[in-house]
Amino acid sequence: MKVLLVDDSKTMRNIQKGILTQLGYTQLEEAADGLDALSKVGAFGPQLLLVDWNMPNMDGLTFVKKFRSQGGTAPIIMVTTEAEKSRVVEAIKAGVNNYVVKPFTPDVLSERIKETLERCAAA
Amino acid sequence: MNTAPITTRRLNVDPAYITPFVGSISNVFETMLQLPVNVGAPRIKSNGSPSYDVSGIIGMTGDVEGTVVLSFPTATAERAVTLFTGMELKSNHEDFADAIGELVNMVSGGAKAQFTGKHVGISTPSVIIGSEHSVYGRKDMTTVEIPCTCDIGEFNVEVSMLLPARVAK
Repeated sequence: MKVLLVDDSKTMRNIQKGILTQLGYTQLEEAADGLDALSKVGAFGPQLLLVDWNMPNMDGLTFVKKFRSQGGTAPIIMVTTEAEKSRVVEAIKAGVNNYVVKPFTPDVLSERIKETLERCAAA
Repeated sequence: MNTAPITTRRLNVDPAYITPFVGSISNVFETMLQLPVNVGAPRIKSNGSPSYDVSGIIGMTGDVEGTVVLSFPTATAERAVTLFTGMELKSNHEDFADAIGELVNMVSGGAKAQFTGKHVGISTPSVIIGSEHSVYGRKDMTTVEIPCTCDIGEFNVEVSMLLPARVAK
Protein backbone atom coordinates (compact mmCIF):
# COMPACT_ATOMS: atom_id res chain seq x y z
CA MET A 1 0.00 0.00 0.00
CA LYS A 2 1.49 3.32 -1.13
CA VAL A 3 0.64 6.20 1.18
CA LEU A 4 1.33 9.89 0.51
CA LEU A 5 1.63 12.13 3.59
CA VAL A 6 0.94 15.79 2.83
CA ASP A 7 1.68 18.15 5.72
CA ASP A 8 3.93 21.20 6.06
CA SER A 9 5.04 19.98 9.49
CA LYS A 10 7.82 17.40 9.36
CA THR A 11 6.96 16.55 12.97
CA MET A 12 3.43 15.63 11.98
CA ARG A 13 4.61 13.61 8.98
CA ASN A 14 7.00 11.71 11.26
CA ILE A 15 4.20 10.97 13.75
CA GLN A 16 2.00 9.71 10.92
CA LYS A 17 4.88 7.65 9.49
CA GLY A 18 5.32 5.97 12.87
CA ILE A 19 1.65 5.04 13.05
CA LEU A 20 1.54 3.80 9.45
CA THR A 21 4.69 1.73 9.94
CA GLN A 22 3.09 0.12 13.01
CA LEU A 23 0.12 -0.74 10.79
CA GLY A 24 2.49 -2.42 8.32
CA TYR A 25 2.57 0.25 5.63
CA THR A 26 6.12 0.90 4.48
CA GLN A 27 5.76 2.47 1.03
CA LEU A 28 5.49 6.04 2.23
CA GLU A 29 6.13 9.29 0.38
CA GLU A 30 6.04 12.80 1.84
CA ALA A 31 5.02 16.20 0.52
CA ALA A 32 5.33 19.54 2.33
CA ASP A 33 2.35 21.27 0.69
CA GLY A 34 -0.30 20.86 -1.98
CA LEU A 35 1.99 21.89 -4.84
CA ASP A 36 4.65 19.43 -3.73
CA ALA A 37 2.00 16.72 -3.48
CA LEU A 38 0.65 17.43 -6.98
CA SER A 39 4.16 17.06 -8.36
CA LYS A 40 4.54 13.64 -6.71
CA VAL A 41 1.20 11.87 -7.20
CA GLY A 42 1.88 10.97 -10.83
CA ALA A 43 5.14 9.13 -10.28
CA PHE A 44 4.32 7.71 -6.84
CA GLY A 45 0.74 6.59 -7.52
CA PRO A 46 -0.57 6.74 -3.94
CA GLN A 47 -3.29 4.32 -2.86
CA LEU A 48 -4.10 6.43 0.21
CA LEU A 49 -3.41 10.08 1.04
CA LEU A 50 -3.31 11.83 4.41
CA VAL A 51 -3.67 15.56 3.76
CA ASP A 52 -3.37 18.58 6.07
CA TRP A 53 -5.58 21.62 5.38
CA ASN A 54 -3.52 24.71 6.27
CA MET A 55 -0.27 24.69 4.34
CA PRO A 56 1.78 27.32 2.47
CA ASN A 57 1.87 27.52 -1.36
CA MET A 58 -1.22 25.34 -1.84
CA ASP A 59 -3.62 24.36 0.94
CA GLY A 60 -5.00 20.87 1.35
CA LEU A 61 -8.51 21.65 0.13
CA THR A 62 -7.21 23.12 -3.13
CA PHE A 63 -4.95 20.10 -3.56
CA VAL A 64 -7.86 17.69 -3.05
CA LYS A 65 -9.96 19.51 -5.65
CA LYS A 66 -7.11 19.50 -8.18
CA PHE A 67 -6.25 15.85 -7.49
CA ARG A 68 -9.87 14.80 -8.01
CA SER A 69 -10.27 16.98 -11.11
CA GLN A 70 -7.21 15.26 -12.60
CA GLY A 71 -8.85 11.89 -12.10
CA GLY A 72 -7.25 10.87 -8.81
CA THR A 73 -9.44 8.24 -7.18
CA ALA A 74 -7.36 7.11 -4.18
CA PRO A 75 -9.00 7.59 -0.79
CA ILE A 76 -8.09 10.78 1.04
CA ILE A 77 -8.16 11.39 4.78
CA MET A 78 -7.96 15.03 5.84
CA VAL A 79 -5.84 15.35 9.00
CA THR A 80 -6.21 18.89 10.26
CA THR A 81 -6.92 21.30 13.11
CA GLU A 82 -9.95 22.55 11.13
CA ALA A 83 -12.65 21.04 13.32
CA GLU A 84 -15.75 23.10 12.51
CA LYS A 85 -18.63 21.11 11.04
CA SER A 86 -18.85 23.48 8.07
CA ARG A 87 -15.22 22.77 7.23
CA VAL A 88 -15.75 19.01 7.42
CA VAL A 89 -18.70 19.32 5.03
CA GLU A 90 -16.61 21.51 2.69
CA ALA A 91 -13.85 18.90 2.66
CA ILE A 92 -16.21 16.00 2.00
CA LYS A 93 -17.80 17.92 -0.88
CA ALA A 94 -14.33 18.50 -2.33
CA GLY A 95 -13.66 14.77 -2.39
CA VAL A 96 -12.27 13.85 1.01
CA ASN A 97 -13.30 10.37 2.18
CA ASN A 98 -12.65 10.72 5.90
CA TYR A 99 -11.56 13.27 8.47
CA VAL A 100 -9.27 13.30 11.52
CA VAL A 101 -9.03 16.34 13.78
CA LYS A 102 -5.66 17.20 15.34
CA PRO A 103 -4.74 16.50 18.09
CA PHE A 104 -5.34 12.77 17.64
CA THR A 105 -4.19 9.60 19.34
CA PRO A 106 -2.47 6.83 17.33
CA ASP A 107 -5.57 4.68 17.89
CA VAL A 108 -7.88 7.27 16.34
CA LEU A 109 -5.74 7.68 13.21
CA SER A 110 -5.29 3.90 12.88
CA GLU A 111 -9.02 3.29 13.16
CA ARG A 112 -9.84 6.02 10.65
CA ILE A 113 -7.34 4.56 8.14
CA LYS A 114 -8.77 1.05 8.46
CA GLU A 115 -12.34 2.35 8.27
CA THR A 116 -11.57 4.41 5.15
CA LEU A 117 -9.84 1.57 3.32
CA GLU A 118 -12.61 -0.90 4.18
CA ARG A 119 -15.32 1.54 3.12
CA CYS A 120 -13.57 2.35 -0.18
CA ALA A 121 -12.88 -1.33 -0.90
CA ALA A 122 -16.56 -2.15 -0.39
CA ALA A 123 -17.77 0.67 -2.64
CA MET B 1 -7.78 18.98 33.32
CA ASN B 2 -7.20 21.32 36.28
CA THR B 3 -8.17 24.90 35.71
CA ALA B 4 -8.43 27.99 37.84
CA PRO B 5 -11.70 29.92 37.61
CA ILE B 6 -11.87 32.03 34.47
CA THR B 7 -12.02 35.55 35.85
CA THR B 8 -11.86 37.41 32.58
CA ARG B 9 -14.67 39.78 33.55
CA ARG B 10 -12.27 41.86 35.61
CA LEU B 11 -9.94 41.82 32.59
CA ASN B 12 -12.70 43.39 30.48
CA VAL B 13 -12.44 40.46 28.05
CA ASP B 14 -15.37 38.24 27.17
CA PRO B 15 -14.60 34.76 28.63
CA ALA B 16 -16.05 33.27 25.44
CA TYR B 17 -12.83 34.35 23.72
CA ILE B 18 -10.46 32.95 26.34
CA THR B 19 -12.12 29.76 27.58
CA PRO B 20 -11.61 27.97 24.22
CA PHE B 21 -7.84 28.34 24.62
CA VAL B 22 -7.93 26.92 28.15
CA GLY B 23 -9.70 23.78 26.92
CA SER B 24 -7.53 23.48 23.84
CA ILE B 25 -4.22 23.70 25.74
CA SER B 26 -5.24 20.81 27.98
CA ASN B 27 -6.58 18.76 25.09
CA VAL B 28 -3.43 19.12 22.98
CA PHE B 29 -1.02 18.38 25.82
CA GLU B 30 -3.02 15.44 27.16
CA THR B 31 -3.59 13.90 23.71
CA MET B 32 -0.20 14.43 22.05
CA LEU B 33 2.14 14.54 25.08
CA GLN B 34 0.12 12.48 27.61
CA LEU B 35 0.67 15.37 29.98
CA PRO B 36 -2.02 16.87 32.26
CA VAL B 37 -1.81 20.67 32.48
CA ASN B 38 -2.76 22.98 35.35
CA VAL B 39 -4.15 26.15 33.81
CA GLY B 40 -3.91 29.24 36.00
CA ALA B 41 -6.03 32.37 36.07
CA PRO B 42 -5.71 34.49 32.92
CA ARG B 43 -4.19 37.94 33.38
CA ILE B 44 -3.52 40.98 31.24
CA LYS B 45 -0.01 41.10 29.77
CA SER B 46 1.45 44.49 28.95
CA ASN B 47 2.59 44.89 25.35
CA GLY B 48 6.28 44.10 24.95
CA SER B 49 6.87 42.55 28.36
CA PRO B 50 9.18 39.53 27.98
CA SER B 51 7.96 36.12 26.96
CA TYR B 52 9.96 32.99 27.67
CA ASP B 53 12.81 31.73 25.45
CA VAL B 54 10.86 29.80 22.81
CA SER B 55 7.65 31.16 21.28
CA GLY B 56 5.37 29.65 18.65
CA ILE B 57 3.15 32.29 17.05
CA ILE B 58 -0.01 32.01 14.95
CA GLY B 59 -2.20 34.75 13.52
CA MET B 60 -6.00 34.70 13.54
CA THR B 61 -8.05 36.52 10.93
CA GLY B 62 -11.73 36.95 10.19
CA ASP B 63 -14.38 37.42 12.88
CA VAL B 64 -11.68 37.07 15.55
CA GLU B 65 -8.49 38.99 14.78
CA GLY B 66 -5.31 38.54 16.75
CA THR B 67 -2.38 36.31 17.56
CA VAL B 68 -1.75 33.29 19.73
CA VAL B 69 1.68 32.77 21.30
CA LEU B 70 2.74 29.57 23.03
CA SER B 71 5.84 30.51 25.04
CA PHE B 72 8.20 28.22 26.95
CA PRO B 73 11.47 28.36 28.86
CA THR B 74 14.01 26.43 26.76
CA ALA B 75 14.18 23.41 29.08
CA THR B 76 10.38 23.03 29.14
CA ALA B 77 10.18 23.40 25.37
CA GLU B 78 12.84 20.74 24.84
CA ARG B 79 11.03 18.32 27.16
CA ALA B 80 7.72 19.03 25.40
CA VAL B 81 9.25 18.42 21.97
CA THR B 82 10.82 15.18 23.18
CA LEU B 83 7.42 13.93 24.38
CA PHE B 84 5.73 15.13 21.19
CA THR B 85 8.17 13.69 18.68
CA GLY B 86 9.52 10.72 20.61
CA MET B 87 13.04 12.01 19.94
CA GLU B 88 15.34 14.11 22.09
CA LEU B 89 15.68 17.36 20.17
CA LYS B 90 17.59 20.34 21.54
CA SER B 91 16.46 23.84 20.67
CA ASN B 92 19.20 24.21 18.03
CA HIS B 93 18.05 21.11 16.11
CA GLU B 94 16.56 21.88 12.71
CA ASP B 95 13.29 20.08 13.54
CA PHE B 96 12.77 21.70 16.95
CA ALA B 97 10.98 24.81 15.67
CA ASP B 98 8.75 22.70 13.44
CA ALA B 99 7.50 20.76 16.48
CA ILE B 100 6.82 23.95 18.48
CA GLY B 101 4.98 25.36 15.47
CA GLU B 102 2.79 22.30 15.22
CA LEU B 103 1.92 22.51 18.93
CA VAL B 104 0.76 26.14 18.64
CA ASN B 105 -1.08 25.21 15.44
CA MET B 106 -3.06 22.55 17.30
CA VAL B 107 -3.77 24.80 20.31
CA SER B 108 -5.01 27.60 18.01
CA GLY B 109 -7.02 25.27 15.80
CA GLY B 110 -8.71 23.63 18.75
CA ALA B 111 -9.68 27.00 20.20
CA LYS B 112 -10.86 28.34 16.87
CA ALA B 113 -13.27 25.44 16.48
CA GLN B 114 -15.00 26.58 19.66
CA PHE B 115 -15.75 30.08 18.33
CA THR B 116 -19.23 28.95 17.41
CA GLY B 117 -20.79 30.71 14.47
CA LYS B 118 -17.69 32.74 13.71
CA HIS B 119 -15.48 32.41 10.66
CA VAL B 120 -11.86 32.44 11.76
CA GLY B 121 -8.77 31.67 9.70
CA ILE B 122 -5.38 30.83 11.17
CA SER B 123 -1.96 31.38 9.63
CA THR B 124 0.86 28.90 9.37
CA PRO B 125 3.04 29.20 12.50
CA SER B 126 6.25 31.14 13.09
CA VAL B 127 8.70 30.30 15.87
CA ILE B 128 11.08 32.61 17.75
CA ILE B 129 13.98 31.17 19.75
CA GLY B 130 16.01 33.51 21.95
CA SER B 131 16.37 34.27 25.63
CA GLU B 132 13.57 36.41 27.07
CA HIS B 133 12.52 37.96 23.79
CA SER B 134 9.45 40.18 23.58
CA VAL B 135 6.53 39.67 21.24
CA TYR B 136 4.81 42.93 20.33
CA GLY B 137 1.20 42.76 19.23
CA ARG B 138 -0.86 45.50 17.67
CA LYS B 139 -1.27 48.40 20.05
CA ASP B 140 -5.05 48.28 19.84
CA MET B 141 -5.18 44.65 20.95
CA THR B 142 -5.55 43.33 24.46
CA THR B 143 -3.15 40.53 25.39
CA VAL B 144 -4.30 37.94 27.89
CA GLU B 145 -1.65 35.65 29.35
CA ILE B 146 -2.75 32.19 30.48
CA PRO B 147 -0.12 30.69 32.82
CA CYS B 148 0.21 26.92 32.67
CA THR B 149 2.20 24.36 34.64
CA CYS B 150 2.75 20.67 34.06
CA ASP B 151 5.23 17.96 35.06
CA ILE B 152 7.85 19.24 32.60
CA GLY B 153 7.70 22.86 33.75
CA GLU B 154 5.78 26.07 33.19
CA PHE B 155 4.73 27.85 30.02
CA ASN B 156 2.32 30.56 28.91
CA VAL B 157 -0.29 30.95 26.25
CA GLU B 158 -0.64 34.59 25.22
CA VAL B 159 -3.78 35.53 23.33
CA SER B 160 -3.90 38.98 21.73
CA MET B 161 -7.09 40.01 20.04
CA LEU B 162 -9.28 42.89 19.13
CA LEU B 163 -12.15 43.07 21.58
CA PRO B 164 -15.20 41.72 19.75
CA ALA B 165 -17.05 45.05 19.63
CA ARG B 166 -14.09 46.57 17.83
CA VAL B 167 -13.83 43.97 15.11
CA ALA B 168 -15.28 45.57 11.99
CA LYS B 169 -17.58 42.76 10.88
